[in-house]
Amino acid sequence: MTQLADLSASDPRSLVSLRTISKNFGAVSALTEVDLDIFPGEIVALVGDNGAGKSTLVKILAGVLQPSSGAIAFDGAPVTLSNPSAALRLGIATVFQDLALCENLDVVANIFLGRELSPLQLDEVAMEVRAWTLLGELSARIPSVREPVAALSGGQRQTVAIARSLLMNPRVILLDEPTAALGVAQTAEVLNMIERVRDRGLGVVIISHNMEVVRAVADRIVVLRLGRNNGVFPPDASNHDLVSAITGADDNAVSRRARSVAQPRSLNPGRH
Amino acid sequence: MSPDSGHHADSPALLDRGDTRLKDRSGIAGALKAFADRVQSGDLGSLPVVIGLAIIWTVFQTLNPVFLSPRNLVNLLFDCSTVGVISLGIVCVLMVGEIDLSVGSVSGLSSAILGVLWVRLGWPPELAILAALAAGCLIGCLYALLFNRLGMPSFVSTLAGLLGFLGLQLYILGPKGSINLPYESPLVTFGQLLVMPAPVSYALAAVPGALTLVRRLRTARRRRASGLSSRALGGLLLEAGLITVVLEGMAYYLNFARGVPWMFGLFVGLVMAMNYALRSTQWGRSMTAVGGNREAARRAGIDVRLIYASAFALCSTLAAAGGLLSAARLASSNLQAGTVDVNLNAIAAAVIGGTSLFGGRGSAYSALLGIIVIQSIASGLTLLDLSSSLRYMITGGVLAIAVVVDSLARRSRVSHGRA
Repeated sequence: MTQLADLSASDPRSLVSLRTISKNFGAVSALTEVDLDIFPGEIVALVGDNGAGKSTLVKILAGVLQPSSGAIAFDGAPVTLSNPSAALRLGIATVFQDLALCENLDVVANIFLGRELSPLQLDEVAMEVRAWTLLGELSARIPSVREPVAALSGGQRQTVAIARSLLMNPRVILLDEPTAALGVAQTAEVLNMIERVRDRGLGVVIISHNMEVVRAVADRIVVLRLGRNNGVFPPDASNHDLVSAITGADDNAVSRRARSVAQPRSLNPGRH
Repeated sequence: MSPDSGHHADSPALLDRGDTRLKDRSGIAGALKAFADRVQSGDLGSLPVVIGLAIIWTVFQTLNPVFLSPRNLVNLLFDCSTVGVISLGIVCVLMVGEIDLSVGSVSGLSSAILGVLWVRLGWPPELAILAALAAGCLIGCLYALLFNRLGMPSFVSTLAGLLGFLGLQLYILGPKGSINLPYESPLVTFGQLLVMPAPVSYALAAVPGALTLVRRLRTARRRRASGLSSRALGGLLLEAGLITVVLEGMAYYLNFARGVPWMFGLFVGLVMAMNYALRSTQWGRSMTAVGGNREAARRAGIDVRLIYASAFALCSTLAAAGGLLSAARLASSNLQAGTVDVNLNAIAAAVIGGTSLFGGRGSAYSALLGIIVIQSIASGLTLLDLSSSLRYMITGGVLAIAVVVDSLARRSRVSHGRA
């Protein structure tokens, strides 16, 4: 990764700034010169179609993938996120789309994985109490924290993954589709939680395909399209503008469907 | 969520008993029911091996009444300890989902190093032992290097090691071949004769039960103070009492013959230490995590390479230690030390004992239980004066059954959500 990219253009208030980040997988460039700023106390929603590069960008921020070029600054200082623990040390916590839980370990072990209390004589009691507290804050419906994660439903696993990200009082939290497997009540709880951590001054990045979720919590909506920045929108931007930015065309499947729904059961649904 | 103590275990005020879907499993009956649930869902633990051992012992005892005599059991324990220590290392690599096929060769190499340095070159035995252990550790580091840096599957690198280190063993021993170790030396005495005096054996047999009780009581007190459910005193006393009675009974029985071998004491000590390390330290937790889901462990910030390296290094070091013990047991460093037999027995013992070949599940005690099964079969067949051809076939059959049980249990765990 080159440090030559221009970091001077970044906003001094930003907690994390990415400048001209590119990531190539062989001949495919998943990200091309993407810029992103994360401010403390702000929720940024990262939206885009499938394959737009959202998850790749999050993985770069989490230290799971390394960018092919571009620069990252944390608190204004250039940093290299060469592995996940580097990101964790800086206080960047992530809830991955695939959750990254160990199914053979129980809930407590998963929440504290890599950050166990008293490493030479694990303090299971204190860890269990803290786990219950965290899960309580998320109104989790988990019957027992001593069951292996394999026994949990998708939504319960997602809650465990979110609880784990909150454990270390991070400064930035990245959520890749955090509500995908959640029920109605728990989605609301997670959105409340996201707002609570935002109000505590954390920077939050949320990826979601669900525009309702995005509009409900985001302070700023960043659109990616085919691995490039494609506009920044306020949460009250019109649906049309957002969809156009995401799909890259005024005339797209969503707008066509909207039009055809607007003229229901017409005798001549043919397109023009 | 009041933190005051004195709640009954099923009180809804407890932090971890709030969910109405949770079945009450407190008390002795509850513990039994929970155990039955676990077994039903495929979380067999050491149940198959205990049943298997009972069957094997019954069969051999009916065929030859000498089998369960104190004398034969003392010999059995001497024999268990050498391969058992190697098997303990295998548990480590299996925990992270890898394998070491070269433990037999490494143990043979370590016994050759001991013999050459000590007897031929006249080094002090302590130094020769350290050198052999260091060589084992180095070999493990080499496997770790090949695995971590070059991405070489451990199956292949250790298969190469199996041949390579067997060759090195023969090379070191040279044309003169086997070396006899000084018969009166403390090492050989330790391997062949040294048993605990009866009072010491009774005292040591009381240790595991006492340790269990103290640890469990402390945990229960802390859990109560933190508003968590805790196990009832009766159950704790029963468990610790049962452990103590069984161990004291065994010591009493063995003391009819020579007594409990110190070498077996060392083996059990290593098993207990490993059990603690795997269950109650961050390292052990990381080992389990890496074996369960390597990528998840990496994303949790665990240094996955270091964990693999520690597993390989520990396995090879324990293999070297096992080689030293078997050299002491045989009073020689010979050309046949650590041949295929040792290799497969060590791996079979870990698997038979209940450590999964698929990684992420296992316990140090599986090495202890598994090796007792293997050695029981070997000893029983020797008593029946059966040829080694039959011995191989029967041991192979037992291993196959153990792996089938492991695979079936795994399938059942997946369907019961216990992966």
